[in-house]
Amino acid sequence: MIEVNKQGEVWVFAEQHAGTLEDTSIELLSKGRQLADQLKVPLAAVLLGDRVEPLCVRLGQYGADKVYLAEHPLLNHYQTSSYAKVLDELIHKHKPQIMLYGATPVGRDLAPRVASALKAGLTADCTDLQIGRHEIPSTGKVYENLLLQIRPAFGGNIIATIINYDRWPQMATVREGVMPMPEPDGRRKAQIVRENISLLPDDLMLEILAEHRQPKKVNLKASRIIVAGGAGVGSKENFKLIWDLAHCLGGAPAATRAAVDLGFIDRDHQVGQTGTTVRPVLYIAVGISGAIQHQAGMSGSQKIIAINNDPEAPIFQIAHYKILGDLNQVVPMMIKAIREKV
Amino acid sequence: MAYNCVVLAKQVPDTKRITGQAMNEDGTVNRAALPAIFNPEDLNALEMALQIKEQYGGKVTVITMGLPAAAEILRQSLYRGADDVILITDKRCAASDTLATSYILSCAVRKLNPDIVLCGRQAIDGDTAQVGPQVAEKLGVPQITYTEQILSLNGKTITARRSIGNGWQEVRTKLPVLLTVVDTANEPRIPAAKRLMKYKSARCRIEIEAMAKQDPSIDVDAVCRQLEQKGLLIRQWDLDILGADLKWCGRDGSPTKVHRIQSVVLTAKETKSVEPTQEAIEAMIHELIVDHTIG
Ligand SMILES: Cc1cc2nc3c(=O)[nH]c(=O)nc-3n(C[C@H](O)[C@H](O)[C@H](O)COP(=O)(O)OP(=O)(O)OC[C@H]3O[C@@H](n4cnc5c(N)ncnc54)[C@H](O)[C@@H]3O)c2cc1C
Repeated sequence: MIEVNKQGEVWVFAEQHAGTLEDTSIELLSKGRQLADQLKVPLAAVLLGDRVEPLCVRLGQYGADKVYLAEHPLLNHYQTSSYAKVLDELIHKHKPQIMLYGATPVGRDLAPRVASALKAGLTADCTDLQIGRHEIPSTGKVYENLLLQIRPAFGGNIIATIINYDRWPQMATVREGVMPMPEPDGRRKAQIVRENISLLPDDLMLEILAEHRQPKKVNLKASRIIVAGGAGVGSKENFKLIWDLAHCLGGAPAATRAAVDLGFIDRDHQVGQTGTTVRPVLYIAVGISGAIQHQAGMSGSQKIIAINNDPEAPIFQIAHYKILGDLNQVVPMMIKAIREKV
Repeated sequence: MAYNCVVLAKQVPDTKRITGQAMNEDGTVNRAALPAIFNPEDLNALEMALQIKEQYGGKVTVITMGLPAAAEILRQSLYRGADDVILITDKRCAASDTLATSYILSCAVRKLNPDIVLCGRQAIDGDTAQVGPQVAEKLGVPQITYTEQILSLNGKTITARRSIGNGWQEVRTKLPVLLTVVDTANEPRIPAAKRLMKYKSARCRIEIEAMAKQDPSIDVDAVCRQLEQKGLLIRQWDLDILGADLKWCGRDGSPTKVHRIQSVVLTAKETKSVEPTQEAIEAMIHELIVDHTIG
């Protein structure tokens, strides 16, 4: 158990696969930078792997003051037991006050294991992080500068803010795509702190026999414009309307879970609580009712156009432009208007 | 070879069917207004355990920690084919976060000395997916999260296929092991009518005690004895039976606390209604080009 240490650094787990950094690690650095500045402590990335030192340059450019670098042949592939062991050692040694992980399959496999070993708190799948104070009403005791860990719960129907004040580090996994990607600063350089670690083959509890990673067919997170279709589009054939509208705007086609379940489009395109979280400049919601689980993934869009024939559709409550009408008429009108104007 | 499987399951409010009445004015959830259900992915974990038993032999024990009402999902487990079920219920468990919950569950699992522990990937009320890995850490056993399929079991080792988001992995590890199971792993079976008839009167002591409060003529000890003779008394454990250290249970054992709860109300800053006519849509597109949203 690690005692409260107000001088502790802010740490970000730098997730990499085969020498490539995950986008979430970079998103976390931008948030981590804000938190560290507010707390006036250094921001560090923790990088585990085999021969991954070249990544330190990017971690520095994206905001890390320091990189704790743990290189070992046995860290070549991610594994719960070996990665958890090394993180546990490093956290004990340096006592950071905050530790952030991406809510990726790796982050959500690793962080609970580390939290359990450290007997530390862990909040899953946060959508926002802030620094704030907490007062215990019964005693009036006030804690300043805590990490406020903000996350949807109860199927997205409530937003809970979680804190921990009596044990360190304050740990959270953070949903992919909810923090903006920062611009790299070529002049910034991180100090590299090499960590000597000893690992034995017995520290690996698992053998990875085979692995298959498909590159994502669509990168919704990087799209400025997203055209999403819902169950209201009606069929896979009719979904061509969505592809066409996306195409003429240079945007990406997306969908609700209902549309994916109906087989209109691939799961990679799903936006929402159990899909991708997106923050495009423009989100066009076509035949989408706007269930809370769908809103969870797209309400951060800068502008939202909703096309729906039901005036009561919840999507209209968050839309900037509402078009009450039949999508089969409205979408072709939009395509025509765009072709003429752009 | 036969395997001793333990399934960890949770009774959860059906968050899919949340309505206006289920939210209190202050934004908190009125759990009483929501039907309580068997956490969906825990049913996938139970199904995987039952399939292991059918293929290799062994035993399936389901453990749940919760209020006395959670005995309902234990009965449902019996209907589906579980051999034994245990309710961990104790007021001192209240306010446990995932760390404390995993501690309490790991104390219970240790008593059963299983080869394979299975749980759902995550519960639909908290969506944390943390309890499984934390139980595995406390037991000192390997974990296979996001398990989709068991490829082979040979006494000492297990080979499984797990999802890694945009792909899959095949992994092998030694038993004992903890698996967290995803909803694509299988189709949970429905309760068997014969077992339902047999186990529908299964009760745990705390349920009988509640009945006795309503009807003082009920002799709790006598009813429990009768149930036990028929194999219908659900085992009930508290923290003393588990030998749990109270420092790691409930509020004291939970580093995370709730700072604030808000209900979700999302509204746009300003909304414009656009008529579904060619002119109105052209005007809207023009506006979006002028403010550099498109183009
Ligand atoms: C745990 C959980 C996680 C979930 N995760 C997600 C998620 O990640 N993403 C997600 O999207 N959903 C998710 N869902 C599902 C979500 O609750 C909704 O079921 C889903 O978003 C509904 O999709 P939809 O709007 O396409 O369909 P519907 O709700 O069926 O809405 C279709 C809409 O189309 C309109 N319409 C029909 N015909 C026309 C027409 N001709 N012209 C114009 N409009 C028309 C209708 O008025 C209606 O509003 C999740 C649910 C649960 C329980």
